[in-house]
Amino acid sequence: MASYPTDFKYTKEHEWIKQSDNTATIGITNYAQESLGDIVFVDAPKVGTEIKAGATFGSVESVKAVSDLFAPVSGTVTEVNAELATAPEKINKDAHGSWIIKVTLKDPNELNSLLSAADYEKFVAEEGSH
Amino acid sequence: MSVAEAVPALRKTALNAVHRQMGAKMVPFGGWEMPVEYPAAIGCGIINEHMAVRTGVGIFDVSHMGDIRLAGPGALAAVQHISMNDASRLAIGQAQYSALLYPNGTFVDDVIVHRLGEEEYLLVINAGTREKDFNWVRDNTRQFDCKVEHLSDDFTQIAIQGPKAVDLLQKLTDANLSAVKFYWLTHGTVCGLKNILIARTGYTAEDGFEIYIPSDEATSARVWNEILEAGKEFGAVPCGLGARNTLRLEGKLPLYGHEISDTLNVWEAGLDRFCKMEKADFIGRAALEKAKAEPLKRTLIGLEMTGRGIARDDYKVLDQSGKEIGYVTSGCPAPFLKKNIALAYVPPAFAEIGSTLNVEIRGQAVAAQVVPTPFYKRPKKN
Repeated sequence: MASYPTDFKYTKEHEWIKQSDNTATIGITNYAQESLGDIVFVDAPKVGTEIKAGATFGSVESVKAVSDLFAPVSGTVTEVNAELATAPEKINKDAHGSWIIKVTLKDPNELNSLLSAADYEKFVAEEGSH
Repeated sequence: MSVAEAVPALRKTALNAVHRQMGAKMVPFGGWEMPVEYPAAIGCGIINEHMAVRTGVGIFDVSHMGDIRLAGPGALAAVQHISMNDASRLAIGQAQYSALLYPNGTFVDDVIVHRLGEEEYLLVINAGTREKDFNWVRDNTRQFDCKVEHLSDDFTQIAIQGPKAVDLLQKLTDANLSAVKFYWLTHGTVCGLKNILIARTGYTAEDGFEIYIPSDEATSARVWNEILEAGKEFGAVPCGLGARNTLRLEGKLPLYGHEISDTLNVWEAGLDRFCKMEKADFIGRAALEKAKAEPLKRTLIGLEMTGRGIARDDYKVLDQSGKEIGYVTSGCPAPFLKKNIALAYVPPAFAEIGSTLNVEIRGQAVAAQVVPTPFYKRPKKN
């Protein structure tokens, strides 16, 4: 079992976010990559795109399916992980080390409503036990 | 990220518990709960499963497929009446791809017709259309002197697919498999079980076999495990429906509800060579005769994405000016070919090989080229 870093926050849609002052890094969780299977395509927004908390900002595709990415927070995209364009499978290998976008935060308080590592782990344990 | 939810009560094959034990991801398909892929932790995943079948061997539980037996003096006439291929050409021990048609020339289902004996045929049908197919066959063969039986629940059907399938299965059977040609069948002892139907058929565009064993859980699990064990030296992996779909799509094998359905006819689907108009009358023939005299409204084409994106089922196909001209029936990344491929229906005017079309992906027109199909053809032996 991969552990969920305690300095990240998480969404119920399985994104992680790591804050550093007024910027943040966003990716998808290990649970998400396991559920998706082989990831073959990442559709990330361009630098400068405004993202809005709770709205989709891109998608991740496995061989089988397309899954939307939901923004954990609002902000402006400052950087996109170009490596994932040619090697999307890196997310399968290291989901918590393979960030998708970096953003400047519109309102850092938005992070307070997200899940802690412990809460997220509890959440996926319940979701996985159907 | 949204992740698919678990599902309500579905039918389960006799190997369901075995799949779960192996950690397979289970999904609903045609009313059945089936493994879509096995976990990365044991070396599987759709891409690995797909590659195993192309380069070694993969094992599939396809017990959700249905089986209808027709036997008796009128069995051949009955099969001829309800299917479009010419079953009179089948020798005992031979099989053929065919389809059951509605009177208007569209599809009830596609089937493999096996000639088991002098007056005995087995139709292997799709999971999602089992009851519909059986009722159709029963109701449309009443005038013939033959018995129609629904045997779907009697068999656990296991597919052993890939260039090493013959070597694997030969370890477990006394039947001489090298004497069984593609689309022929035999009977033999498999894993100690006598008189097992072994057909050299499959849905992967690769060499392989499908075996039909008793459907009790204990026997099914024992045989499944013995096959995997015997396959270790060939790198055999269990494969789910995910790889089954990408494999069949590379080989342009139709899937009911996608490339064929009750609104698409034989000519549109491009299955002409399996439809024998010159044989005696069959259900759907008159409509097809008429349709043949008229220009096709749409035709099935192969697309390879040249722009960045993956075409998926039901995405729109656009011409170069952005006008909607058709739709994708099946699309996916092709793990062996390492391209993004799709099948689509478009008017024949857009079907020319080499021409450029677009697929609408999340509101964007992404370029695709019309390419020859099948996308993948297995290398001929010698």
